[in-house]
Amino acid sequence: MTQQNIPDKPIPYPTQETSFYWEKCSERELWVRNCNECKQAYFYPRDICPYCFSRDTIWIKCSGKATLHAFGVVMRPPHRAWSEEVPFIVAMVDLEEGCRMPTNIVDVEIDTKNPRSDLVIGMDLELSWDERTEGFVVPVFRPA
Amino acid sequence: MLFSISVIFILLQGGAMSNLSRGAAIVGVAESDEIGYLDNRKSDLQLHAEAAYNALEDAGLNKNDVDAVFAAGNTLGLAEHMGIQPQFTDGTSVGGSSFVIHAGHALAAISAGYCEVALVTHGSAGYSRRFFAAPGLVRDNSPGAQFETPYGFIGAPINYAMACSRYMHEIGEDRTREAMSEIAVATRKWAKLNPKALIHDPRAQIPLDMSFDDYHNSRWVCWPFHLLDCCLVTDAGGAYIITTPERAKDLKKPPVWILGAGEGHDHSIISQMPNLTSLIARETGPKAFQMAGVKHSDFDLAMIYDSFTYTVMLTLESLGFCGRGEALDFVKGQRTAPGGDFPMNTAGGGLSYTHPGAYGVFLVIEAVRQLRGECGDRQVPDCKLTFCHGTGGSLSSGGTVVLARD
Repeated sequence: MTQQNIPDKPIPYPTQETSFYWEKCSERELWVRNCNECKQAYFYPRDICPYCFSRDTIWIKCSGKATLHAFGVVMRPPHRAWSEEVPFIVAMVDLEEGCRMPTNIVDVEIDTKNPRSDLVIGMDLELSWDERTEGFVVPVFRPA
Repeated sequence: MLFSISVIFILLQGGAMSNLSRGAAIVGVAESDEIGYLDNRKSDLQLHAEAAYNALEDAGLNKNDVDAVFAAGNTLGLAEHMGIQPQFTDGTSVGGSSFVIHAGHALAAISAGYCEVALVTHGSAGYSRRFFAAPGLVRDNSPGAQFETPYGFIGAPINYAMACSRYMHEIGEDRTREAMSEIAVATRKWAKLNPKALIHDPRAQIPLDMSFDDYHNSRWVCWPFHLLDCCLVTDAGGAYIITTPERAKDLKKPPVWILGAGEGHDHSIISQMPNLTSLIARETGPKAFQMAGVKHSDFDLAMIYDSFTYTVMLTLESLGFCGRGEALDFVKGQRTAPGGDFPMNTAGGGLSYTHPGAYGVFLVIEAVRQLRGECGDRQVPDCKLTFCHGTGGSLSSGGTVVLARD
């Protein structure tokens, strides 16, 4: 497949409840929702707390510190947009603020014979950014 | 008076559904005329209709007897296609578990008098679709499309890899890998005994036998999954018919009774799963087994959804067949293979028989055939009691149903 035939990676389609999140991402800041009632941070952003259903929720800015919760090393492109990017790492990370988010782990050497790489669940990660089309910047993580 | 009230209270505590046990029976099961790599442009609807036709014939019923249609999705289009005007439909679509969950829903609907003859069907050109459907991603504003898809969370192997890698971290990678290999190899042995399994189709070019080395040497799809950890992708239809105890008595085949049913769901997209190493089966299993009045050691056969080898391990633990982290000890030494003392997925599973994208209906079909003693070389001797457990979505949805013959 030639370079020209590779489509752009999918970008988000923000809603009323999530546009603040994506705007802040474009400024390279990560913000999540936090509930004033049950004091729990949560992801993905929504106005009403998924734990206690309180409407008393606010945005909080994240430190960018996280630990690795789970990951997969993608060896076969899940879609043509990633056809020249395998292997790559999909992951779930635990943010210091107390919630978990899906992401990619970048800046990691991957041995395709033994695709575990150097990642260890529980390891410290730091926030990084991946620029996409239409001005979207997607939060990703790398080993701290 | 006080005494009788407390008795009623105890009965209710035993589960409000327990009075539905044996309230309906499965009386017909079938696949579509052909399953596998068809590559003949058969539509999903055709696969549905063939399976429905064959299941009705198996039951000795005809289309006009059907007054309820259950399917994962567009029940009206399906009823229209077959010229059925149902008085009850249920389009519960929660992934591959849907068709196990439909059994419980049909039991409830029949017991409540909403319908008498329920048709549960599935049909999907899961393999051939790739040759006529344009690949692409729909840009929508759902949480998954906004927060998972941009990272490449696309398709089951990637989503399930999250859960499996976490399990490896908590329980140990080598133990997990060994259990996965046991399941892959054992399931292939059952498929070898099922002439309908994809491995018997020369077009598929899949060896009839799988060694442990074959497993470990198969290519990576998404670590921690080798190719041989992943289910097949086939074209297939499957259907079954449920009816009242009265009508079940004088049909062509002996009835298979629904003794218990349990259903539960704890998230939709993988990043919202509350605990990556515990399935909602922890609730649906006990619920269904209690309703049926049976315990783990009573079963002659286990039919467990095997989208991945890992799905089976997690299901065995979550259902309570073994403790947390003990799946390897449970399946070690080919215990689930032909000749083992815990026969499981005797048709060859989603791993080696068929899997058109959503597989649950095929668990029920094989369970019924085993209970009737129709399984030839792979027949479990004197199979009287079994259960099916379906897992759907991104480990999101679970359904358990307990089945027995007279």
